[in-house]
Amino acid sequence: MSMFNILDISASAMHAQTVRLNTVASNMANVDSISSNAEDTYRSKQPVFQTILEGNKSEPRGGVRVKEIVESQAPLKMEFSPNHPMANAEGYIFRPNVNVVEEMANMMSASRSYETNIEVMNTSKQLLLRTIQLGK
Amino acid sequence: MAESIFGIHESALKIREQRAEILANNLANADTPNFKARDLDFRSALQDASSGTNRFETSAMAKTNSRHIDGDANSFASTSSYLMYRQPTQPSLDGNTVESHIEKAKFMENGMQQTATLEFLNGKITGLRSAIRGE
Repeated sequence: MSMFNILDISASAMHAQTVRLNTVASNMANVDSISSNAEDTYRSKQPVFQTILEGNKSEPRGGVRVKEIVESQAPLKMEFSPNHPMANAEGYIFRPNVNVVEEMANMMSASRSYETNIEVMNTSKQLLLRTIQLGK
Repeated sequence: MAESIFGIHESALKIREQRAEILANNLANADTPNFKARDLDFRSALQDASSGTNRFETSAMAKTNSRHIDGDANSFASTSSYLMYRQPTQPSLDGNTVESHIEKAKFMENGMQQTATLEFLNGKITGLRSAIRGE
């Protein structure tokens, strides 16, 4: 029955949004993780969403999955701060390329999308219950 | 027989359920790059279903014995030939054409109509029951 499929679709979207919220949390937590060289510096992580196409038996028909989590290619913030204990030989420290404003916007968008999917699930549940109780 | 009792509501419920699934899929993919929102052409799907000249992609059951009963091909019907892409009102940079507010409105509308269909069916069943019991 197709109505039960909606629950799977919404669940997949809620999972994807949770991953997105997780990356936001990770990025925000590491916003001040200073490092003394470019290689070791934390880079902002961003999830890439992908539609689940119909016909794949192991996953619900339709829905969304997190294809991969990529690291942002934006330049790191180099800061001249020779007195800092983490400063390298030239006196520079490296800050992660996390854009806090962007992350906050991402967080709001993720939580709104999560709520939308909860609404969809609730509506579908009510309709399913009414269908089950037909004729009672 | 069942077709004549429930009339158009049987097909209507089936189409509404599939439309709900498509709209849920649109909402689930609201943040997927390059996803194109789709919707079902309900009017022509129901019109074709009620006139019997449907474009449903039916799949009949395979028979391995001559005494097997024919399955009702329409009960496996999918409405995929009535799917259409939604025209977005505002373009977006990532190629996604899902507009949450529109999809939410359509989903709610579809939900209400599905409830109405269920009410009709319920009324029909209640009427039949009281007729059978002779109350």
